[in-house]
Amino acid sequence: MKMWIKIPEDVKEVAWRGFEGRKWKEDINVREFIQKNYTMYDGDESFLAEPTEATEKLWGKLRELQKEERAKGGVLDCETEIVSSLTSYGPGYIDESMKELEQIVGLQTDKPLKRAFMPYGGIKMAEQAASTYGYQINPELHKIFNDYHKTHNQAVFDAYTPEMKRARHSHVITGLPDTYGRGRIVGDYRRVALYGLDYLTKMKEKDLFYCGGRNMSEEHIRLREEIAEQIRALKGMKKMAEIYGYDISQPAKNAKEAVQWLYFGYLAAIKTQNGAAMSVGRISTFLDIYIQRDLEEGTLTEEQAQELIDHLVLKFRMVKFARIPSYNELFSGDPVWVTLEVAGIGMDGRHMVTKTDYRFLHTLENMGPAPEPNLTVLYSWRLPDTFKRYAAKISVKTSSIQYENDGVMRPVWGDDYSICCCVSATQTGKEIQFFGARANLAKCLIFAMNGGVEITTMEQIGPEIAPITSEYLDYDEVMHKFNAMMSWLVELYVNTLNLIHYMHDKYYYEAAEMALIDTYTRRTFATGIAGFSHVVDSLSAIKYAKVRTIRNEQGLIVDYKVEGDFPRYGNDDERADEIAVWLLKAFMKKVREHHTYRNSEPTTSILTITSNVVYGKATGATPDGRKAGAPFAPGANPAYGAEKNGLLASLNSVAKLPYEFALDGISNTQTISPDALGHTDEERVNNLKTILDGYFKQGAHHLNVNIFGVDKLRDCMEHPEKPEYANFTIRVSGYAVKFIDLTREQQLDVIARSEHKFL
Amino acid sequence: MIKGNIHSTESFGSVDGPGVRFLIFLQGCALRCRYCHNADTWSLSGGTQMSADELLDKAERYRPYWGADGGITVSGGEPLLQIEFLIELFKEAKRRGINTCIDTAGQPFTRKKPFFSRFCELLELTDLFIVDIKHIDSKDHRRLTGRGNENILDMLRFLSERKKPVWIRHVLVTGITDDDALLKRTRAFIKTLKNAERIEVLPYHSMGAYKWRELGIPYTLEDIAPPDSGRVRNAEMILRGEKE
Repeated sequence: MKMWIKIPEDVKEVAWRGFEGRKWKEDINVREFIQKNYTMYDGDESFLAEPTEATEKLWGKLRELQKEERAKGGVLDCETEIVSSLTSYGPGYIDESMKELEQIVGLQTDKPLKRAFMPYGGIKMAEQAASTYGYQINPELHKIFNDYHKTHNQAVFDAYTPEMKRARHSHVITGLPDTYGRGRIVGDYRRVALYGLDYLTKMKEKDLFYCGGRNMSEEHIRLREEIAEQIRALKGMKKMAEIYGYDISQPAKNAKEAVQWLYFGYLAAIKTQNGAAMSVGRISTFLDIYIQRDLEEGTLTEEQAQELIDHLVLKFRMVKFARIPSYNELFSGDPVWVTLEVAGIGMDGRHMVTKTDYRFLHTLENMGPAPEPNLTVLYSWRLPDTFKRYAAKISVKTSSIQYENDGVMRPVWGDDYSICCCVSATQTGKEIQFFGARANLAKCLIFAMNGGVEITTMEQIGPEIAPITSEYLDYDEVMHKFNAMMSWLVELYVNTLNLIHYMHDKYYYEAAEMALIDTYTRRTFATGIAGFSHVVDSLSAIKYAKVRTIRNEQGLIVDYKVEGDFPRYGNDDERADEIAVWLLKAFMKKVREHHTYRNSEPTTSILTITSNVVYGKATGATPDGRKAGAPFAPGANPAYGAEKNGLLASLNSVAKLPYEFALDGISNTQTISPDALGHTDEERVNNLKTILDGYFKQGAHHLNVNIFGVDKLRDCMEHPEKPEYANFTIRVSGYAVKFIDLTREQQLDVIARSEHKFL
Repeated sequence: MIKGNIHSTESFGSVDGPGVRFLIFLQGCALRCRYCHNADTWSLSGGTQMSADELLDKAERYRPYWGADGGITVSGGEPLLQIEFLIELFKEAKRRGINTCIDTAGQPFTRKKPFFSRFCELLELTDLFIVDIKHIDSKDHRRLTGRGNENILDMLRFLSERKKPVWIRHVLVTGITDDDALLKRTRAFIKTLKNAERIEVLPYHSMGAYKWRELGIPYTLEDIAPPDSGRVRNAEMILRGEKE
């Protein structure tokens, strides 16, 4: 084995011409490459280019396809014969007749929006996903993956204990990645561009050579097998690129190659994994270095630079997986979380905003709003004012971007982290995350009062702690029992996740992504909380008001009558908010008590995406007044109707939750009507900017900002139950009112008036 | 220490004065505007008693969001009815370096003592006045609000003399204020003012009507439709002097 693995000098001279730095040239170190070479941009958006003709044609074609897809009930085409792998398809294009227009190429299958057959997460689910949309998987494949080869889902169920199955069935542990790919593992796709696959392969071969030589423990044996899988994946990636006519064995020599090489890395991931979240990561500042070099050398124009980014984003807008109905209920709207970050501040204090950060946001103007890629601004009050304004402008215009606080993440994850799901940070190329869904704490609270018995089925799910028998709930008694029930739940939850991730590693290992991550990687173990605000408000009701229990014939508590008022989370009221902080800390401390798989570091989150509806459906009434089956508030959002003091009071409550105890993220979604944000776009941009500054300066973690126009108003009128409308504020001359609080007649009136305004 | 009689507060206001603002609604108003959307603030009694410090401590919870331009706006009801409390509130606000704004219809204004000397004191503590001109014609003003407008226009003249920044607001009600001749009269008045930084037209809406019903007071504008965007734009252009 060679001690020194080097890229040939003549290759380096061309590919790395003009690049500064030393360490990144001697070892894999993308962060150092970025820090030594990126160009800060402090100007405004005036340099940006319009979409090219090619972009408009391709995007036009994709929109047609998307329309067809919707018309066909959500799936345009589905594979039934071929198992998806890196090389199982020939080349695919958005439109065969326009393939020369595609600056960046590569599809998951041979056709656009066609969903691949990915059985390794679970053959049952893969077949069900196809049959839901009227496709029948070849019986031969059924036989192979049932009789000859086991898949992740079956393995998990082989090993589940009866208690785990009961807990899972009752939804007290919920959304578990046992029927779908765990996702959230972000390969460092930039490595493909910077180093080329030959070098990356040799580096892994070296790791394999040295792994376990002195101590062949079980961990080393497994790691050796995994590295071998990674090497195979790297070789497959190279072949996959060859199918499209590219040789990616050597580093990229210019911007176009850099974008293409990087995308091939990502394409390898989405051809082999259908994880719940398939982030592409922090690629913007990296790509800017290549674009900037070409611009300076005069080999690229701004139009061409924007075209590269637009075409890359087009590809991100096309990522599709075949999903089962229950998955779609959890994560509605067919999301894949191609999360992509812009901005942030470096460890040395320089901001990391580049022109390409603008270019990525600009795709929302060039090609209109879209949910994917999940564009995320790593926010700091120290970002250049010009950039903050541009981001706010894009929010006002499209409601399509989210904000995360670089100020709280940087101290923990450094300055080269990616967002690996909706909001969770992970060090790029240095770390992986074991995604862990949620523990339903609202249900846990009900169990605590009912002695671990499920109301609807009378089944004993949790431990038989003595149930509460009094008519009125006593705070100390409830807290005592809730604490005990939570201890049981956390232990079971962590054990269940340990088991799931063991099987996922074994049967659905992410070889392509892991090939682009350090062999000796940091691992986090991401647990999560569902029903957060309802537990907080329930405990507050029990503490500050009188809560009378309503029982069924068997004597179980099925509902509550609250007498008197009580403080609710979401009003900047210390009495409720301190319960919220306690709940988070108590849960996290319990998680830390347990062994977590592969010595991973436990974290937790308060985020539920759209699954708050499903989780709520499976949960009985709670003492805060939430009815049985009613949706939970999403993520760390206050409960519906709880916020009585306006947007900023609500933000203040959420901002109090300590990120250090929820390193996997605290998500908050707020909707503001344009009229409530300011008279003019200029005012709206300024006001949104100061709101973001204020929220994040207080240590908050995340904010989804929605600024809606009239079509959203109409939708809100028809679907007032949607969580994002809970705080939908509208201006009505001299004061503000929540839209859902208006009668239908009034809503129609507002819509009529808004129509004029927005025309 | 005087306490204010507070109807309610709102942590997020962004169109009642510059930037992001904390809004304080005071209890009590002597006008009875037929389109009032805050009829529940008319009564001088009711509301919550709060001191200036209590209110400002609450407001300052939101200071991180204010940026360079934001602050507090006192509205109502009619804030000038509690002018002594306002002075105390704004004195303390200024001590804390907070931008202050009053949203008023000017009804209590008079050049007589003791109000006038208090108003002069308040003037020094206020960064911006937002003033409604309900109707330019005093008789029609009386029909619309129950009172004449002489003292209100006088307040605007006085604010102009003192060069105090003012945003002028005008509610556009079809058949009552939406008439070009009237709007031109209003413009002629506004033109005499040296301090109008902004002129806004608010289209009438009936969203406050339910409060009237709750209070058991008959609502007299039931049949009036909101003006369309063309009329709103027309009024804006006339009042801003962009159209003769």
